[in-house]
Amino acid sequence: MDTRIVGQVKRVNGPIIEARGITDALMQELVQVGEARLTGEIIKLQDGEAIIQVYEDTTGIAPGHNIYGTGAPLSVELGPGLIGTIYDGIQRPLEELEQISGIYIEKGISRPSLNREKIWPFVPLLKEGEPVEGGQVFASVQESQRINHKLLIPPDVKGTIASIKPEGEYTVEEEVAVVRTEKGDVPLRMYQRWPIRRPRPVKKRRPLEIPLLTGQRVIDALFPLAKGGTVAIPGGFGTGKTMTQHAVAKWCDADLIVYIGCGERGNEMTDVLTEFPELIDPRTGRSLMERTILIANTSNMPVSAREASIYTGITLAEYYRDMGLHVAIMADSTSRWAEALRELSGRMEEMPAEEGFPAYLPTRIAEFYERAGYMTCLCGEEGSVSVIGAVSPPGGDFSEPVTQHTKRFVRCFWALDRQLANARHYPAIGWLESYSEYTDDVSPFWAEKAGKEFLDNRRTIMELLQKEVKLQQVIKLVGPDALPDSQRFITEVCTLFKNAFLQQNAFDDIDKYSTVEKQTRMLAVIVGYFDRGNEAIKAGVPLAKIHRMPVLQDISKMKLTIPNDDPDQFDRLMLKMERGFAKLEELYV
Amino acid sequence: MSKDAPQIDEKRLLAGREYVGVDRIDGPLVFIKNTHPVGYQELVECVDPAGKVRLGMVLDTSDEVVCVQVFEGTAGLNMPGTSARFMGEPLTLGVTKEMLGRVFNGLGVPRDEGPVPVATAELDVNGRPINPTSRAYPRDFIQTGISVIDGMNTLIRGQKLPIFSGNGLPHNELAAQITRQARIKGEASDFAIVFAAMGVKNDVAQFFIRTFEESGVLDKVALFLSLADDPSIERIITPKTALTLAEHLAFDCDMHVLVIMTDMSNYCESLREISTLRGEIPSRKGYPGYLYSNLAEIYERAGMIKGRAGSITQIPILTMPNDDISHPIPDLSGYITEGQIVFEREMHGRNLYPPVAGLPSLSRLMKDGIGDGMTRKDHPHLSSQLFAAYSYVKDVRNLASVIGEEELTPLDKQYMEFGERFEREFVNQKHDENRSIEETLDIGWSVLKALPAEELHRVTDEEIEEFFY
Ligand SMILES: Nc1ncnc2c1ncn2[C@@H]1O[C@H](COP(=O)(O)OP(=O)(O)OP(=O)(O)O)[C@@H](O)[C@H]1O
Ligand SMILES: [Mg+2]
Repeated sequence: MDTRIVGQVKRVNGPIIEARGITDALMQELVQVGEARLTGEIIKLQDGEAIIQVYEDTTGIAPGHNIYGTGAPLSVELGPGLIGTIYDGIQRPLEELEQISGIYIEKGISRPSLNREKIWPFVPLLKEGEPVEGGQVFASVQESQRINHKLLIPPDVKGTIASIKPEGEYTVEEEVAVVRTEKGDVPLRMYQRWPIRRPRPVKKRRPLEIPLLTGQRVIDALFPLAKGGTVAIPGGFGTGKTMTQHAVAKWCDADLIVYIGCGERGNEMTDVLTEFPELIDPRTGRSLMERTILIANTSNMPVSAREASIYTGITLAEYYRDMGLHVAIMADSTSRWAEALRELSGRMEEMPAEEGFPAYLPTRIAEFYERAGYMTCLCGEEGSVSVIGAVSPPGGDFSEPVTQHTKRFVRCFWALDRQLANARHYPAIGWLESYSEYTDDVSPFWAEKAGKEFLDNRRTIMELLQKEVKLQQVIKLVGPDALPDSQRFITEVCTLFKNAFLQQNAFDDIDKYSTVEKQTRMLAVIVGYFDRGNEAIKAGVPLAKIHRMPVLQDISKMKLTIPNDDPDQFDRLMLKMERGFAKLEELYV
Repeated sequence: MSKDAPQIDEKRLLAGREYVGVDRIDGPLVFIKNTHPVGYQELVECVDPAGKVRLGMVLDTSDEVVCVQVFEGTAGLNMPGTSARFMGEPLTLGVTKEMLGRVFNGLGVPRDEGPVPVATAELDVNGRPINPTSRAYPRDFIQTGISVIDGMNTLIRGQKLPIFSGNGLPHNELAAQITRQARIKGEASDFAIVFAAMGVKNDVAQFFIRTFEESGVLDKVALFLSLADDPSIERIITPKTALTLAEHLAFDCDMHVLVIMTDMSNYCESLREISTLRGEIPSRKGYPGYLYSNLAEIYERAGMIKGRAGSITQIPILTMPNDDISHPIPDLSGYITEGQIVFEREMHGRNLYPPVAGLPSLSRLMKDGIGDGMTRKDHPHLSSQLFAAYSYVKDVRNLASVIGEEELTPLDKQYMEFGERFEREFVNQKHDENRSIEETLDIGWSVLKALPAEELHRVTDEEIEEFFY
């Protein structure tokens, strides 16, 4: 335990402590406050005084209590054993805390983030005498059935391997290799530490070209996210931010998920903890928990750890990226993180900018999203971190500071619409307000996988949705009867598209996610219906007859009836539709 | 750890030391200079000039001055005649099962004639965060006998489901009806009700007491009353005191506890008052930036725990200022709770009871507690269909108000008919009408009959076959 006293408490105001008698404490140094040894971080130093943000409940802390320095900044442990674990905002393993303190989290307790007793199968990949650089892979560990964890030389180490352990089973704490460097020998263990507020270095940023496929049609087909991209999901309470993030976490094609519950409900974390181990990843056939790390700072946990949780999460994500993996991180909700900043700032009596938020809010938001990207890693492999951040605007009003600043720094925006959510149209991603700047970047991928026709169909449907807005305005003024059949048909196709395609039931076994192929075929069916219907109307078929075609029922339920692995059914559906139209045309032409 | 010893001993010695005279009194806050080092959130006993003890808590502590919030108010205090004792530990509540059937004030002091209960444990009223790994996900359907709740916004045991109401709307009646009728299907269990009143009028408290009495459960209820004429600051501690007992009953005594808290808006007002007095930077409408976290510390004290038989279900009631759901109090509550039952004044005006707005109301835990083996297999799709159809009704009504009802298409007219029947037959029910879940679902299908079968996109063909025709 650290015994270096760096100062004494002068004032306690919630999670913010003013300290006096500060000797050699460092900026951003991790400290322990009082004999309860509460974890804190120095966030300001001035004239022998310091301001400390404490990550635990400060009840009972009094002026005069000692502050102990640890000499290191707030860091996380990186190594095998992260996957499948649930941590709090400062990477304390919650399952182990439960063993110490029972159902309530007591303060002042701690446990190493990575289990020190657990034994891992270590496979050396380098030999003695080989030169190494920071970020290079020197060994590997099968961490879970699906993740082969590569052990990396810490970024700031360069030299030659002086010794390396043979293949075998070791704990994370055992020395497995030594690197001889200019500054002396550096022992390597299976884990390393990294300060959470510092991005991990990479070789090069690469352009974003590959979509992060989520299986959610409104996302993949209309507002795609690229691997390494950033997206915000703003929406008032109950509009579906958490459900959308859960759906993406379940079905997206990332190698690893870091899910941060930042100031949200305890039960939502429990939900993930109970549901994910049961769910099977369709791509690998393995349990989803084998690719998931959870960070939980629920809304009743200390507010300063909420501020840290976002950085803890993204640092873990970067670490796996550095092995050449594609990582997706969900932060639910970044607004709670911003509000934690506001609360801490207020208690420090800083000058507020908009709505009480500190003036540095936009900088912090930008720094966070900048840590996303598609990179060439130091080890030479390509890896990515995609960031999916929920935003909870007060009153559901997107003009508030957190939504507005976030919008400046993300390139994709899935705006949740209260009206859609109220109508139980889920996911309630509004098609008029949402956008994705990745659409063009990923269209070569779609053209290759789904054919150019998909891109044309996508354009057609987007145009129809725009036209529909105008038509609806007319209808609101004069009623639907005033419109000619061809225009009313547009509104009907849009309604069909919304019900049959955009709406997706997260709880239905068949509908919960759609492959690229299924999405492509479904879109083709609907656009096909529009084209064919148009021809029929031109040929004189009344709209009311088209409306009554039995195939319409099949189209509106195809998402529920045609499974991902049986796309041939779409051929039959198309055929049935063609026959239906042909029959009508015979009657009227 | 030997170095710690003197500090702790010193604390014990200093605890209880009394300071005569205070330096400033501002609203419910008292400031005392030149004290020994006092701990954050420590319990304080303020002795007023008449010798009566009032409890308080340390809000801010520093070398120079300590700021104390006095829960029983500062009226009648003066600077030289008031003294303060710092107790060296946070505010606790002595809890026991014997508190059921009794009436207390917001701090847990008996308000009735009975003796002070003999506590079996002393618990910190501020509670501690429940470890998310210790929680069990709530799934058990509670039948309230109220169609719009059971059918559309199902209450689950361990859920926090608030009522967003407005002045003069029948939220108390609905809460009372829920407490009278709530049952777990086919189970008789050990239950208790904890009732916390913050700043409500005495007749509201009396209404609830009467209800409990009439349904013969009064000896299963603990009431914590901080009424409109009690010091407003006491409201800040009332829900925490009540939840401390609830946690004891649920997680130590294996009881299923229903906690009713009314009116959360008054709680928030008191919080704003303190915040303003302390000169804190406000966020929206003058409420402190920490209102969200503060409310979460209350609402998150609901749920179920792995390996424990009991549960805490919360029904907080709040009145939306100006019926505005985007006001910070309902807004922040909605961001924390697991859904909300929203009242609509317009429905109340049309004599519909309960006046539950169809669209903005939501139960988030419903999805895991309904369907085959829990309620009935058609429930998930049926409720989704009712929501979808009713939301279209709202559009049609808007359209009708512009172009006139006669101009509507025949289909839209059918939707108008559906909307009317949905509200009159499904939502509307009597104050003592207790419908089984099957009755509720059957009424749901029967009102859907106003629509043609092709319009029912959210239900399967098999369900239409079995339930619609
Ligand atoms: N894709 C979906 N499929 C089915 N139901 C959904 C879907 N999305 C949302 N819902 C419904 O909406 C409810 C609220 O969704 P969710 O919890 O994701 O909202 P939220 O935006 O995260 O709200 P908050 O900000 O309060 O956390 C869910 O409990 C569920 O009933
Ligand atoms: Mg959410």
